[in-house]
Amino acid sequence: MKQQAAVIGVGQTHHATKRADVSMAGLCREAIDRAMRDADVGWADIDAVVLGKAPDLFEGVMMPELYMAESIGAAGKPLLRVHTAGSVGGATGIVAASLIQSGVHSRVLAVAFEKQSESNAMWALSIRPPFEMPLGAGAGGYFAPHIRAYIRRSGAPVHIGAMVAVKDRRNGALNEYAHLRQPDITLESVQASPMLWDPVRYDETCPSSDGACAIVLASADAVQGRTAAWVKATAMRTEPTMFSGKDHVNPRAGREAAEALWRQAGITDPLAQIDTAEIYVPFSWYEPMWLENLGFAEPGHGWRLTEVGDTAIGGSLPINPSGGVMCSNPIGASGLLRFGEAAMQVMGRAGEHQVEGARNALGHAYGGGSQYFSMWVVSSER
Amino acid sequence: MEVGFDYTRSLGPTLSAFMTGLVGGRILGSRSGGQVHVPPLEYDPVTLQPTAELVEVSDVGTVVSWSWMAQPLPGQPLSTPFAWALIRLDGADTPLLHAIDAPLESMHTGMRVQAHWADSRVGSIRDIACFLRVDHELTAMFDDVSAHQLHDQSMTVTPIHLSYTHTASPEESRYLRALAEGRIIGQRCPMCRKVYVPPRGACPTDGVPTTDDVELPDVGTITTFCIVNVPFPGQRTKPPYVHAAVLLDGADIPFSHLVLGCPASDVRMGMRVRAVWKPREQWTTSPQNIDHFEPAGEPDADYETYAEHL
Repeated sequence: MKQQAAVIGVGQTHHATKRADVSMAGLCREAIDRAMRDADVGWADIDAVVLGKAPDLFEGVMMPELYMAESIGAAGKPLLRVHTAGSVGGATGIVAASLIQSGVHSRVLAVAFEKQSESNAMWALSIRPPFEMPLGAGAGGYFAPHIRAYIRRSGAPVHIGAMVAVKDRRNGALNEYAHLRQPDITLESVQASPMLWDPVRYDETCPSSDGACAIVLASADAVQGRTAAWVKATAMRTEPTMFSGKDHVNPRAGREAAEALWRQAGITDPLAQIDTAEIYVPFSWYEPMWLENLGFAEPGHGWRLTEVGDTAIGGSLPINPSGGVMCSNPIGASGLLRFGEAAMQVMGRAGEHQVEGARNALGHAYGGGSQYFSMWVVSSER
Repeated sequence: MEVGFDYTRSLGPTLSAFMTGLVGGRILGSRSGGQVHVPPLEYDPVTLQPTAELVEVSDVGTVVSWSWMAQPLPGQPLSTPFAWALIRLDGADTPLLHAIDAPLESMHTGMRVQAHWADSRVGSIRDIACFLRVDHELTAMFDDVSAHQLHDQSMTVTPIHLSYTHTASPEESRYLRALAEGRIIGQRCPMCRKVYVPPRGACPTDGVPTTDDVELPDVGTITTFCIVNVPFPGQRTKPPYVHAAVLLDGADIPFSHLVLGCPASDVRMGMRVRAVWKPREQWTTSPQNIDHFEPAGEPDADYETYAEHL
């Protein structure tokens, strides 16, 4: 019999291009200390620690969880490292939740981080074996051709990518922790920004950030009257990065993860039943693409939700009210930030970017070459 | 293949103080619960509070344990045989790992050693070049600390360079050898009949070995592409360039290549392209024998012919 798990605290760092003032351990502790204060728990209450981060090549420290064990409070407790590329933050939240759902632990600390300033992610993501052409150009170079394919397939007008960027950056201005806070950004300024990986412009791209996120999860008994975000469903799916017939625009692993998630949560009409969603959008065009992949819209129609303003705060399905990955991208932490922000929304703790009356929220992450998908539904109701 | 980067390590307050101390020829430890840890811990291992108190310890200490490095590797502290040792400095409770320059026959647990400071110090554990037996003549002991810049070390550079030997699989080997002869080899899955290029040895969909080699032409269709305008460290092709997914005729998966021979703005989905090979005398076992693809001058392929590869 599965135990119910709930988020009782969320914490994050002030994300920035370079957090020169802290070490990796210090960065994690900034998020952890906030999450534990938010949850009103002490170190003695924590049964286990789960740490996630993206490829170790980003910081050049193999298995940083080893050196950070005492700093993140794992001495004398189980410490697990999770590694699923960019989706790792989401997978970290799900692993932590499963340790409670399985009945093994009562309170688990999940923490995820990236300190991108220690190296250069474009360099780290462009290293290929010698029998491939040396054309790699980071995540942008990988995803831009698939964005071009989406535009061709859906017939979406070219300004959709800029619309998402404007919405997310303005949302980020409402989030005190966001790396980029741009209340004055406009469609025109986005469209005038340099073309980096045609068809993707500078302002349609996420920043490179240092940051961390931590959440405290508890079993139903350990919630003890605290405000909680109840985990209603979790799903993870994987597919090969490259295979003949792979649908890069609408990957099967993402579709199937979403179907399983909605089924588990008892949701039959996600667009009507989900109040807000934090989805992993590193390039603005991925908002309409994932709206379709997640089943909020039919294939080819996701951009229409964006165009009519449904995905803005105040719309029928606010997407990334925190500003999302487009405003802060500490890669390893980005997924847990999506999961944590979804929890903050249903706990009513999202501050200036709170979606009025949010009861059910989606947290979503993806990673690799659209290879890993992880997602959860959290609710204010048990 | 060589992979390397000079990582810029942010230190945070505790390790900054430690590194700043090293520049000045001083070794700092953290005090917690009656113990002094060297190097200092950022967080107290018992209370988990941030380290509040740093104390200076001696640069003289006692060997707790050691092992012998008979054949030093490039990048290690010494190029002649030396000992890796755990050294408990006077005033510290935990040992520090460092190198000792001493003859093998003199090495023993309990021996007394002293830091031999590097002439030029930058805020790195290597500011201690190594440790020497205390009976050894020590010039660095009388080093003038004020001669070194004493600014805060909030960051240290950690160069990491790795050298890999890539072992090619039998399928990759045949593919690369064929390229050296100006041919392109793929493999067909016996179950789904899809042709993979480069060949992989196993079908990712059916999970069965792919055994049938298929020779492919050097003409194909651009399924999708992007124009890379961004420069970044380690980039091996100068931007701007067109990074295209090229579906060779007869293949069932596109592969990445460079498109030249027309303005980047003329490249489009469905464009028919042909390989431009380097001069034969430059051919090696490399996909770079194909210098780039260029427009083949044929009418564009119908969208339906490549739609399932997007």
